[in-house]
Amino acid sequence: MGLVLELALGHLGQRKRQTLVSVAGVALGVGFFIGMMALMGGFQKYFITQVIDSWPHIIIKDEFREPALQPVFRVYPQGAVQLVSLKPRDELKGIRNAREILAALEDSPYASAPTLRTQVFYRYGSREVAATLVGIDPKREMQVTQLARDINQGSLDALYSTANGVILGEGLAKKLGVGLGDMLSVTSPVGAVLKMKVVGIFNTGVTALDNFESYSLIKKAQVLAARANVINQVRLRIPDVSVARQVAQELENRFGYKAESWEESYSNVLGLFKVQNGVMYSAVGAILVVAAFGIFNIISTVINEKRRDIAILKSIGLSEGDIKGVFMIQGLILGLVGTLLGWALGYGLTEMLASIRFNMEGFVRTQGFILDRGLKPYGVAALFAMLSATFAAWLPARKAARLNPVDIIRGAA
Amino acid sequence: MPVLQTRGLTRILRDGPQPVPLVQDIDLQVEAGEFVAITGPSGSGKSSLLYLLGLLDTPTAGELWIDGQDAARLSATELARLRLTRLGFVFQFHFLLPEFTLLQNVMIPMQKLGRLETQEMRERAAALLVELGLETGHDKRPDQLSGGQRQRVAIARALANDPLILLADEPTGNLDSRNGQIVFDIFRRLAARGQTVITVTHDPHLAAQTSRQIHLVDGRISG
Repeated sequence: MGLVLELALGHLGQRKRQTLVSVAGVALGVGFFIGMMALMGGFQKYFITQVIDSWPHIIIKDEFREPALQPVFRVYPQGAVQLVSLKPRDELKGIRNAREILAALEDSPYASAPTLRTQVFYRYGSREVAATLVGIDPKREMQVTQLARDINQGSLDALYSTANGVILGEGLAKKLGVGLGDMLSVTSPVGAVLKMKVVGIFNTGVTALDNFESYSLIKKAQVLAARANVINQVRLRIPDVSVARQVAQELENRFGYKAESWEESYSNVLGLFKVQNGVMYSAVGAILVVAAFGIFNIISTVINEKRRDIAILKSIGLSEGDIKGVFMIQGLILGLVGTLLGWALGYGLTEMLASIRFNMEGFVRTQGFILDRGLKPYGVAALFAMLSATFAAWLPARKAARLNPVDIIRGAA
Repeated sequence: MPVLQTRGLTRILRDGPQPVPLVQDIDLQVEAGEFVAITGPSGSGKSSLLYLLGLLDTPTAGELWIDGQDAARLSATELARLRLTRLGFVFQFHFLLPEFTLLQNVMIPMQKLGRLETQEMRERAAALLVELGLETGHDKRPDQLSGGQRQRVAIARALANDPLILLADEPTGNLDSRNGQIVFDIFRRLAARGQTVITVTHDPHLAAQTSRQIHLVDGRISG
């Protein structure tokens, strides 16, 4: 092994510049992968934690996945029937057996909170903003979301102490131009109007919530929606978020109502993340493929140049495996050194990104890049780099091992 | 027991449109300590025969035993092992590795064999170089030497693992007559010590200094 390594190092030592270029190729691939992963992984992780914290893990809604069957279909399940322009029966929307559902959930390990969610118009002076009003039971809501923590002006308890209190998202308050203590006029779709007082302003960091959500006591929401004693959502928090999907499925099977996990509620964003990751993996994959070509190139060149050396080494008694080893090791050295330099580059890149300050409002609001400094990208990048380096070296190395020394010795004379 | 024995050894090239016989029906027996010259006009198959004897090429027919082992029964790895332990090669071109020193070049076969400690390898390599008339400059690179010196380093490398048979293919072909004579003097000295040497040469003057001559014509032994 010592001899094989010595030979490999000897070859690389003779082609310093090409070696450097190959190593740089690998290092760039690895470095950018780490930088990009830190950037995107950080953002995605942050978004998901924010969502998990400030959004219920599961919501049982007053909806069904399949619309109720029309009586005609029930009678003729196989019949060719088409019904158009059916006006739905006017019925009170909401979860009918809410009391039983809540009682059943009391006995489960999941925290639950009843809510009535309705659309409203906020009017303040000449400004009008449409938003969602969520009627909550603050005590129970606290067990389900981190609303209490996210309130940075006023408090959740003020809903109890103030008549007609409302808590607004920061973005919503800004759009209306209101502050703590201001009186708003709230109009519901059924035409009810209520004067409400701003008793709290929250900031979750998730734009969709901060700009469009507001909270009041559930009674006030029921008054506005003209649906006394009705709730239309049960919000749940479960101990293990990773099984939210399965738990939601169970609840749906049990109660019949649509139960939506947080993944489903945010499936558009999570889907976007998948696309984003796919794009990044292909981009970095392309860099590493180019780097692999560099390795392939240098090793092919060395083999071409060293045909005589290969011939004599074989005649001395080095086996095909030894010859293959000499060139495979060169590939591995290039891959390894490239990986190490890439790690340093990736670390530097991450730190550089971390030092950039700016204000951004997208899915989340932030003052700079949110970075994930996990070690996983380092491992993944190293694996990619080493695999591609090995493969890039293996192709020409295999050819070198098969060279026939007689052909070369005859040619050299 | 002969160190090398062949029966009906034949090598025919079948790459082109017409099969080209390189060597045909070689029956040969070489005893330990013999100094053999393979002679003949160019194209007579001298080198081809040497490559077959040196296990670098595979015969299309016939049998070959080296040190009592039937080459046809050995795998590629076992053949490489046999070359490493029993054979030493010197070619017309020196084939020294340019990025290694003379000492390192001579050490390569010993490193592959791995029987000696590094220090012992260094000492043996240095002793071989001194024996072949290269007293100093063992840390030089091959491109700092003259042709004659390089060929002597190549001989030292061939002798590194104390081979049973030293095989040389036109070892003087790139040398002037004085350096060619030096190489042959070395061979004679080795043979006198009991080293089996088989060399290909087209120089009748040098061939005359060996103990036995095998003359090839059109790939067959003549006379």
